[in-house]
Amino acid sequence: MQEAISKPAAQSTSHGIGGRRGLHGDALFQGVATFFALLILVIAAVTVTTILYNSWPTLTKYGWGFVSSDVWDPTVKMLFGARPFIFGTLVTALLALLMAGLVGIGVALLLVEMHLPRWFRVPVSFLVELLAAIPSVVFGVWGVFVVIPLMQQDVDPALQRALGWTPFFGDDVSGGHSLLTASLVLAVMIVPTVTAISRDVIRVVPDHQREAMLALGATRWEMIRGAVLPFARPGIIGALILALGRAVGETIAVTMVIGNNVYIGPNLFHGADTLASRIAASLGEAADLQLAGLFELALILFLVSVALNAFARLLVWSVSRGSGQVV
Amino acid sequence: MGIAAASSPRTLGGARFRRRKAVDRLMAGAMILSAIIVLIPLFAVGAYVVQQGWPALIGHFPSILTEQSPAGGQLIEGLKGTLILIGLACVVGLPIGVMSGLYLAEYGRNRFGDVVRFTADVMAGLPSIVAGIVAYSVLVLTTKHFSAYAGGLALGLLMFPTVTRSTEAVVRLVPDALREGGLALGISRWRTIVSIVMPAALSGIITGIILGVARVAGETAPLIFTVLGNNNGFIGLTQPVPALSLQIFQAVASPVDPTQDYPVAYAGVMLLFLLVVVLNLLARLVAARRAVARG
Amino acid sequence: MNAMRASQVRPVIVTTGHGMSVERLNAYYGAKHAVKDVTLRVEPNTVTAIIGPSGCGKSTLLRCLNRLHEVIAGAYVQGKVLLDSEDIYAPGTDPVQVRRLVGMVFQRPNPFPTKSIIENVLAGLKLTGRQRGMNPREVAEQALRDAALWDEVKDRLKAPATALSGGQQQRLCIARALAVRPDVILMDEPCSALDPIATLKVEELIAELRDHYTIVIVTHNMQQAARVSDRTAFMMVDMDDRAGVLVEEGPTKAMFNTPKDKRTEDYVTGRFG
Repeated sequence: MQEAISKPAAQSTSHGIGGRRGLHGDALFQGVATFFALLILVIAAVTVTTILYNSWPTLTKYGWGFVSSDVWDPTVKMLFGARPFIFGTLVTALLALLMAGLVGIGVALLLVEMHLPRWFRVPVSFLVELLAAIPSVVFGVWGVFVVIPLMQQDVDPALQRALGWTPFFGDDVSGGHSLLTASLVLAVMIVPTVTAISRDVIRVVPDHQREAMLALGATRWEMIRGAVLPFARPGIIGALILALGRAVGETIAVTMVIGNNVYIGPNLFHGADTLASRIAASLGEAADLQLAGLFELALILFLVSVALNAFARLLVWSVSRGSGQVV
Repeated sequence: MGIAAASSPRTLGGARFRRRKAVDRLMAGAMILSAIIVLIPLFAVGAYVVQQGWPALIGHFPSILTEQSPAGGQLIEGLKGTLILIGLACVVGLPIGVMSGLYLAEYGRNRFGDVVRFTADVMAGLPSIVAGIVAYSVLVLTTKHFSAYAGGLALGLLMFPTVTRSTEAVVRLVPDALREGGLALGISRWRTIVSIVMPAALSGIITGIILGVARVAGETAPLIFTVLGNNNGFIGLTQPVPALSLQIFQAVASPVDPTQDYPVAYAGVMLLFLLVVVLNLLARLVAARRAVARG
Repeated sequence: MNAMRASQVRPVIVTTGHGMSVERLNAYYGAKHAVKDVTLRVEPNTVTAIIGPSGCGKSTLLRCLNRLHEVIAGAYVQGKVLLDSEDIYAPGTDPVQVRRLVGMVFQRPNPFPTKSIIENVLAGLKLTGRQRGMNPREVAEQALRDAALWDEVKDRLKAPATALSGGQQQRLCIARALAVRPDVILMDEPCSALDPIATLKVEELIAELRDHYTIVIVTHNMQQAARVSDRTAFMMVDMDDRAGVLVEEGPTKAMFNTPKDKRTEDYVTGRFG
């Protein structure tokens, strides 16, 4: 902190008139601002430390085995493993991204490249952003009262008829609460993220690239594929990863529709849990080793989120550098 | 030079060209289809909220607000709780967010600033349940008490990165000419920032704050294990308190008596939805007025 | 250097050159009238320069020749533009096909940064597909030779296009345009972003290309127009409606030495602009 305060004294421009009082004011103000910036680092450190500290019992007891163990039994055997929830998180998040990614990029392209009239473009953009602002619990309620009955009565049986021969669509054991339902709800929730960031990234592709492609005799789609998408690719991947990060961390809507089961397997109709939904479901009554286990789940969740977020930011940032504009 | 450019083989028209045009039309159709696919669930959710929520809220207004639902208590108390929690979140999140954003914009073009900026970006992606579990550990486990403070801490953790980022972005946009003008008049640097730069960036900062508030207003996960909810309404900052989002969650996920809990939940959904929409619109309004003022 | 070139034995060239005719062309950006009533003939295998002060609509006029003007929302055109004898604005004519025949080189070199040098050259060819008996690598080599870039890049065709200097990038863009064998090549101030040496190289290139292509070049540099073009067209902003009009056009030497219109004379003698 000493360094932070002594630096401004050298930089201050108000020597002479105003004199030392001016210098002190500047130093103090910069010191205060620096303090708050430092506080961010402190908060991050405290966050990590807290999680680590509270997960110590299972961290030390299981080591890496925690990540590879399939057993989560707080009642009888008191054994804990994270793999079912890592599985649940991966499956729901990736499935959601698959559904939301293509569609989201499609909408982004539509909004930027298709020269739509303002009366169409502006409301659609606005509505997509509105979707992003809807709280998770509202999606959860919609999921419980609308999506689950729909899945249970119409969609799941239809899927089972058509694709029941694959291992992915076995029996519906949890009455509509399943990996598939959670993935669908997640997809709806992350589409705005994909669209909004992709749209910004695509908008920033310079027009001279588009013109170069058109001047060679390209159709609009060929222009998009040959000039726009390659240029925007890092940014779009960044958008997808950010959306994936959001899906990974999503808790309430997921926990309301996923069935809260411990499950690893191919049946998408089966109930399961993600890291986040398991914590939400069990934290209330957890104690001792189970509590530590939940904290370790939180640790894994935190690390995965951080990694995804950092990677995504790097990619989005690299696109804005390449085009000279800020995204 | 090279080979004579004999009249180019004019491969115009023909099957290949027709195919390219067909693909072009197909992809345009695919994009429009995407928009439809995206808008359907949007309208479905919105329609559902309004269809179930509006009658539940308006039909029995204002008695629905004081209806005691066995699972979550009264909506009016939940609203109170939410507003108080937002206030606490602001106490935690705003000073850190605004001041650190200011730091990054004015003093932060160095290694340390990069580290802080990166950390803030990372914290922006903090899953809400993790924020909740941290507050649980720091305030609930230690005091053996669920409380509004714990909830405020969790929400503040979620709020400050948004405010940091938007504050930095907006303050950076303030033209250097303004700063130089202040300094040239002999005003000290910190005064220039406080009385010239900040007012110029104010509406942008406010927009960022409103968006941060809108985000945490709807959060549920961080509250489950910090404020716990309280059927008896708001009784104190050091006590478990109700919150709108929490009441909805409790009514639907663990209802005590569905006939009573569900109608209250629907009305609560409408209320929460309205709150979030109003806040977002407010943010846009402030941003639009700033754009107009800029000309 | 030119003398050396002239003495090289050339194969007898049979070229059917392509000309363009602009008839009463008007171009608009929404409500703004940018180009008014331009009638102009571009002869096959010539270099035609369009000169004039900034804002006079020369770039707009150029972009009407390959139907790039209408890509901007709200922009449209009235009048005829004939490529040989076909009106490129005839109803039912697809701009995609027009642009394949009328190529363009832009003011700032704009190679595709994610593609390598050879991928850039072949970018246009990829669209129209392989023709019988055509080897892409040969086509690319030919285009690069025609753009006077082959020797400088032949060992690094797979290198990213952004590794080249500004002047090289512009010649790459020229090679890219040449690879699809257009009838006409449009150049929109192709040297304004280049240093004098690179500019010289491009100007020499234009002189060589003239034998096999028809070239229309917009330039704000009068000396350049005098150096490279056979015919020159001079445009200006009309005082009344602020639209660009064609003041005069003719053989370059005549335009610069004995201009017919006073406005032309004022411009070429540097009295304004």
